[in-house]
Amino acid sequence: MLTIATGNKAVAAAVKEVKPYVIAAYPITPQTEIVEQIAEYVTSGELDSRYIPVESEHSAMAACIGASITGARTFTATSSHGLLYMHEMVNWAAGARLPIVMANVNRAIGPGWNVWAEHTDAFQERDTGWLQVYVSTVQEAYDTTLMAFRIAEHADVILPVMVNLDGFLLSHSMQSLDTLNAGDFVPPLHLPHAIDVLNPAGYGTLTGPDEHFRFRWEIEKAMRRSRKVIAETERDFAERFGRSYGVAEEYRYEDADVVVIAMGTLGKEAEVAVDLLRNEGVNAGSLRIRWLRPFPDLDLSGREVVVIDRDYSFGFGGIIAQSLMARQRVDLYSVIAGLGGQEVTYDDIAGFVRERRPGTELWFGVNGNV
Amino acid sequence: MYEIRIHSRGGQGGVTAARLLALAAFRDGKYATACPFYGAERRGAPVVSYVRIDDRPIRVYSQIRNPDLVIVLDPSVMEVVDVLHGLKRHGKVLMNGTTTEKIHGAPAFAVDLTGIALREKLVIAGSPILNTPVLGALAKMGIISVDSAKSAIREMFSDERNVRAAEAAFQELVI
Repeated sequence: MLTIATGNKAVAAAVKEVKPYVIAAYPITPQTEIVEQIAEYVTSGELDSRYIPVESEHSAMAACIGASITGARTFTATSSHGLLYMHEMVNWAAGARLPIVMANVNRAIGPGWNVWAEHTDAFQERDTGWLQVYVSTVQEAYDTTLMAFRIAEHADVILPVMVNLDGFLLSHSMQSLDTLNAGDFVPPLHLPHAIDVLNPAGYGTLTGPDEHFRFRWEIEKAMRRSRKVIAETERDFAERFGRSYGVAEEYRYEDADVVVIAMGTLGKEAEVAVDLLRNEGVNAGSLRIRWLRPFPDLDLSGREVVVIDRDYSFGFGGIIAQSLMARQRVDLYSVIAGLGGQEVTYDDIAGFVRERRPGTELWFGVNGNV
Repeated sequence: MYEIRIHSRGGQGGVTAARLLALAAFRDGKYATACPFYGAERRGAPVVSYVRIDDRPIRVYSQIRNPDLVIVLDPSVMEVVDVLHGLKRHGKVLMNGTTTEKIHGAPAFAVDLTGIALREKLVIAGSPILNTPVLGALAKMGIISVDSAKSAIREMFSDERNVRAAEAAFQELVI
């Protein structure tokens, strides 16, 4: 059905379509609309789920872990400080190989107190063993949330997936939304190590160095296999519903000499900057990274690259810029922009490209060329 | 792309006006986005919301700098905000009120949305509801169709007084 909705409502609508057995959540700006809407679905009977309003985000993830280990499909949503408050349990979910799906509405970390978009919240969870994907439109938020359940629960993966959307810019923006009858696109969950009272087993017990090491290797193997599962899921989604996104979305990329790389809504706005630059005779293109984990294999050889990081690792650099440089020899201009919801327009992005200084880092808006 | 900036005060329904307008434009078969700007402001503080309408998918999320249309739901914000800032050369202004005399240098239209809301007893927590009648004025200006304005209001509100208020604004606005 075609309607108009916010990014938050799109996530809630997708969750309703896949019918998690348990949803545990705690409200936090700018995510609250997701769990409010789901609570309404449950109250009205549109969604037959157990909704557990908990006393904190740590408890939200703990409740999801407890439910998931029984083999139940589970969902939660959070943002910023809420995500960091559940950090211990975020690690636990991945380590226990539980295919929980979580929406995280990206928001800066305080102090100073700030409720606007920044990716550093989710980036602080990037080494936990969760798959992470970043979306840029209301429709993509819906489609990706559907796909997240199938990817997380796939027998070759069995890892949690975090769907990220920019606070306010996407969470509170209204755009058109085509809600789907997903049918059997997301098959029932079969958790191989679900609690079975007829076959008792130990969970979360002390593991020695050798077993621990083996468990970590199993996570990495699953993460590597997830690339194929993501591709298969995207292909099947495209066949059934006619839309696909890829691990990174290319725009006028094929013949581009200079490529803008960004994530989330900035990645979409960059497409408008590319059109501006093309009109000026600059052979620009853009690449919007969607999957942060597993990190995509990108071939940037022979192109100049301008990376916009809406995040930062202090004393190190923009996290996407550094990640790209670690994987390939590329001369890139690192732009730090949009932290805490800083306004960044397509004109600004075109300016980054026009005035690029490869090998340096720019802190946008503070005369910060270093 | 047609870009609209709505000025109001927190609690007056400017955000809902943006959402209703985007929904109506969408029902007209256009692409539309409503991007409220959420600042640190709270009830009573001047706020802005944005609506973009286009025939093609909209990829812009940043704030509108050069609007085609400025809507002033609460003229008292003009004491503290330059509502004409960045208005395009042939841009227009729609004012809630009985006069446009404070607007200089741009075609301006006035309709007494507050009066209409009070007549229809559309008041919540002491504030007259402006966001449904304003849709009628926008239909009169040709930005959305009358049918889509009504269907957008009915999709979001069950109270028919909202539709009647929009019809009154449509009739009262002189173009």
